[in-house]
Amino acid sequence: MSGEPILRFEDVSKVYSLPAGDVVALDHVSLTVEPGEFIAVMGPSGSGKSTLLNMMGCLDVPTTGKIYLSGQEISGMSDDDLTRLRRDHIGFVFQQFNLIPLLSALENVEFPIVLARGREESRQRATEVLAAVHLDDALFSHRPGELSGGEQQRVAIARALANDPDLILCDEPTGNLDTKTGTAIMDLLAAENRRGKTVVMVTHDPRIAAYARRTIRIVDGRLV
Amino acid sequence: MRDRILVNLAVRNLRRHTVRSVLAMIGIVIGVLAIASLGILGASLSALVGGLVSDVSDTILVTPHVAVSSGDPFDPRNILASRISDRDVALIEKAAGPNRVIPMFRTAERLVVGDTSGYVTVYALHPDDIPFLLDAEAGRYPASASPGVMVGSLLAEDLDLSVGSRIGFANESVRVTGIAAERGMGIDINPDYAVIVTDARYPGEDPGMVVVKVGDPADIGEVKAAIDAQVNRRKEKVDVLDSREVLELYYETMDAISLFLLGIGAVSLFVASVSILNVMVISVTERTREIGLMRSIGAERRRVLVMFLFEALVLGVLGSIAGGVLSALVGYYASAAASGLLGGFVAPGGAAATGPAVAGYIAFGMVFGIAASLVAGLYPAWKAAQLNPIEALRYE
Repeated sequence: MSGEPILRFEDVSKVYSLPAGDVVALDHVSLTVEPGEFIAVMGPSGSGKSTLLNMMGCLDVPTTGKIYLSGQEISGMSDDDLTRLRRDHIGFVFQQFNLIPLLSALENVEFPIVLARGREESRQRATEVLAAVHLDDALFSHRPGELSGGEQQRVAIARALANDPDLILCDEPTGNLDTKTGTAIMDLLAAENRRGKTVVMVTHDPRIAAYARRTIRIVDGRLV
Repeated sequence: MRDRILVNLAVRNLRRHTVRSVLAMIGIVIGVLAIASLGILGASLSALVGGLVSDVSDTILVTPHVAVSSGDPFDPRNILASRISDRDVALIEKAAGPNRVIPMFRTAERLVVGDTSGYVTVYALHPDDIPFLLDAEAGRYPASASPGVMVGSLLAEDLDLSVGSRIGFANESVRVTGIAAERGMGIDINPDYAVIVTDARYPGEDPGMVVVKVGDPADIGEVKAAIDAQVNRRKEKVDVLDSREVLELYYETMDAISLFLLGIGAVSLFVASVSILNVMVISVTERTREIGLMRSIGAERRRVLVMFLFEALVLGVLGSIAGGVLSALVGYYASAAASGLLGGFVAPGGAAATGPAVAGYIAFGMVFGIAASLVAGLYPAWKAAQLNPIEALRYE
């Protein structure tokens, strides 16, 4: 993987066909993300930020153009292959936390580990990552409904780190948090970046974007 | 096992919606209950009736030909007295060869016991034929010389009669000389509630029917054809019925009843699976975001499918177990009720469906219930697995 960019977009366009006509969400976007980068993606709503992030996360494939994840071209891959790629190489952090409500904090973190490797080491690994995001052990057995927003986002980050991915994608990670909690979460992401994780984060908050070392601006599906 | 976390999730989701899950399960419980207990009931009925018919599978019944068969049981012409003449009885004897021919006369007489009185069926037979057709439970068989009578066991029981009791019979006072053992309903005679006398009591009466006991059941068809050829040569004078035909008719009827009952069960299971389908569709809709999340963090379609199928399977298995236990109870009581209802004059000892048959029907109902749940779960599970993760994540 050495020397290979984590992500490379080659002239990527995404067009959604709607009854009212085609919507160009991404318009001939080319970019590369190198290992260890911390990138903020900024832009007004409807500019194509989320589409860009979905493409980076292998949740969506381009209409035209090519995307390489660690040198692998993703457009020809089957759904199962893409799913495994997400599971093993990408961590997701959402604005809404998106924890599974029926699982405890620990089980939520175990979930992707179990999917990838089975149950043997899942508990130990989940405990380790939860400790790394500074979640109190007393809260491990709590369900998401019993946790505060900041605690839930910590669990979500732990889940994103669970399978030791190369890339962490964050969609407005502090959007549902107060400033103080948001800062703590950003410190956590910055620390992970310092430990070598590549972080790409969509935000419209300039203070949050300031944590990143590079900012990509997107307007009407084009990088500016 | 990797999918155990999914299995856990399925179970937790069912427990989160206890009321909903239980309601969906009740459908399966009722369906399994219907299939199993109706099957058991059908099997019990057919065991009851089959038991009695197989007792007389060596019997040919010759009755006067009924000219009228309008299909109306109340057609007055049906009751026109008809008999089989002595000449025809002789012809039957000739046709039957070595097989025993038992002419009998059937009538009704007034019976008075203490303060109770009423009419009872009377069978008049040749004294030699009585021991051949009936077993004595107590006392002895009536002899032509004595005026004593034999009574059916159930009649004796109801009226508290024993050997030596004195009863008013056809305006005479006679003694009960014997009690016939319980025999159940047959196609020839039904002695349990009847009085059996010798034909000496009715001199000059022609028999109302003739029973032929065939030594080797394999000869039944031959003997039957011979009687028909002898007696009905010029004119249709008698109807010849063999017990196999009756048996077949019974079995056909019972099979039809069983099938009909099972059909009702199948319909109720269909309804149950629709209710599971409904619950599962609701569950998938409610958990759309969760499914989107699972898919985006690495759960393949197959795993989502397995999770929801498992949910349906749990409903099906729990519902089927509950239904199986209930059907064992209900089936038992239904059988008991059926033998109570019919056993009085149908089956000696109230033979009900046998253990393996009952277990078979319960297992069948349970397998059907589980299969119905799985089939009902297929569509929602497939739908969940096909969700686009991006759209599912956006779902509010």
